[in-house]
Amino acid sequence: MQIQLADFALMMPEIATAILAIGLLIVGLVVPREQAKGISFLTVAGLVGIWLLNFLYWHENASLFGGIYIVDPYTVFFRFLFLTAAIIVALAAKDYVNTLERNQGEFYALLVAATLGMMILAGAGDLVTLYIGLELMTITFVILVGYQKKEAKSSEAGVKYVILGAMSSAVLLYGLSLVFGFTGTTIIADMVPRLTLSGASPLLLLGIVFLVAGFGFKVSAVPFHMWSPDIYEGAPTPVTAFLAVASKAAGLAAFVRVFLIALPELQPYWITIVVVLTAITVVVGNLIAIPQSNIKRMLAFSSVAQAGYILFGLVAFSSLGVGALLFHSILYVFANIGAFAVAIVVKNSTGSDEIKDYSGLAQTSPFLAAVMLLCLLSLAGIPPVAGFVSKFYLFMAVIEKGMVWLAFVGIMMSMVSVYYYLIVAKAMYLGTPNREAKPISVSASTQIALVICLVAVIFFGVYPTPLLDLAMNVGYSFFPF
Amino acid sequence: MVSPLVFWIVAGITIIAALAVVNLTNLIHSALWLIVAFVGVAITYLILEAEFLAAVQIIVYAGAIAILIVFGVMLTRRGDIRESNLFNNYRLAGGLISLGLMATIVTMVVKTQWAIDVAAVPANSVGLLAQNLLGQFVIPFEIAAMLLLVALVGAIIIAKEVRD
Repeated sequence: MQIQLADFALMMPEIATAILAIGLLIVGLVVPREQAKGISFLTVAGLVGIWLLNFLYWHENASLFGGIYIVDPYTVFFRFLFLTAAIIVALAAKDYVNTLERNQGEFYALLVAATLGMMILAGAGDLVTLYIGLELMTITFVILVGYQKKEAKSSEAGVKYVILGAMSSAVLLYGLSLVFGFTGTTIIADMVPRLTLSGASPLLLLGIVFLVAGFGFKVSAVPFHMWSPDIYEGAPTPVTAFLAVASKAAGLAAFVRVFLIALPELQPYWITIVVVLTAITVVVGNLIAIPQSNIKRMLAFSSVAQAGYILFGLVAFSSLGVGALLFHSILYVFANIGAFAVAIVVKNSTGSDEIKDYSGLAQTSPFLAAVMLLCLLSLAGIPPVAGFVSKFYLFMAVIEKGMVWLAFVGIMMSMVSVYYYLIVAKAMYLGTPNREAKPISVSASTQIALVICLVAVIFFGVYPTPLLDLAMNVGYSFFPF
Repeated sequence: MVSPLVFWIVAGITIIAALAVVNLTNLIHSALWLIVAFVGVAITYLILEAEFLAAVQIIVYAGAIAILIVFGVMLTRRGDIRESNLFNNYRLAGGLISLGLMATIVTMVVKTQWAIDVAAVPANSVGLLAQNLLGQFVIPFEIAAMLLLVALVGAIIIAKEVRD
């Protein structure tokens, strides 16, 4: 097979991300420790540059290296999503990284490397590339989760993530190997002719079950969610934010691509499993979130529930579903990272992640409380903030397919979720602040991150049309049914 | 063509070795049994006429990784080595679930009609492998390089001592 140089040109954002990661690693070694704070600026500037570069690829629809890598609007959309998440996290992580005694440059390099893994995962057109991208993302996160070596919780979370991550990767790999064994190719587009309903074999179905389990772990769908609360709680908060949002979206991107492109013919077989998984994810995630007293654990379970809502888009099996899924994923980035960014600031200032320590935050730091409130309302799906519109389209997508009961479960559970989100709001607005509580000072870079999240959550709630149209178009071009 | 009997014998030995890795209480013994399991897998590759893969399996897994594990154990372990690889209380439940899963998989495998590729194995499989790795599969190949870099950096970050 002849390699075309033009193929590499379409991968410029990925190549630039790899160069940025390696560059940051070198800069981190060369720059003296007093000046290491500038690395965060360099990271953000580099990521913004790649973000802008990505605009060049909107209208591409190409299959590179004989189907190994695909650059279509779907890939480009997810590139934007991951880069946006990485930029906001890099901004919000600055205060945390400055408290580290060493390895400041490496933190940003690893953040960018994880972003690269996600981009590869979203663009992968064959199973080998998909798996390598997934491993790059997972291994990088293992290191980031255990970054706080002095805290036993962080190390414990790192060890848990490496063991559970390896186990889920093994399950996924076994599933991939069965699908490969059945079709004789690893390239997703080439599999389609072999994967017909009449040609389905027991082994292929077994492979699909393993794939659902493996991807279910990555997006933390119930019953494969057990890892997330402990790891979210133990990891440094900026890492938790990135893990909860971007790694979940990346797993989802690959999940959707494999199931809608390679396995659409077998939909009658896998749809039942995925519907059940989705329903219990929404129910269990929301119910277990209620009694949580630690904000990171609460947000962890809420993100399990959010994964359930996002899976509605896959269950719907239509271009509307894919569009709604993309739309909800990107709004979820802003809302969830916004909430976590406030948690980072509060933790840095008070040293606590407990919801009761948010008491009276609205009096001492009204801006932080407002960002937290609006982000939580967006997660709950209350108008006029952004989450309402996207949830509306997700529910509409499943209703269109006659699954009214599933939409009903989703709406019921959304109402339940309002309760635990408002517990935080109640503490912030009605609670009395601690006597020694002082206004929390927020650094400039965190302020930028907070403002981005706040503006996005409000703007896309009031005027969702452009982004919605965009997501729907991408959904239509990806899965025109 | 190798007799299928060879495969069954090798497979049996591999599984016994793998069970020993999990069940023995001395971590060093487990690591040594791991080498047996790796070699068993390498012989399976040989039966499939994937000589290069078999060589890599022996050099990298049986040679490097197993020895690395032994070194890792010796450098970090404190306390009694005879009780370094203990099992938790779920031996029975875990065993039953595993047996159930195995029964399911075996049933599925037996019921499946396999598409058997009768094409001859290329004489020079290493050359083809190289062409594929640096040709069509260059992207995963390069990403694997990134992955190794990240893993190395991570190993240093995690293993470096914490100063108070």
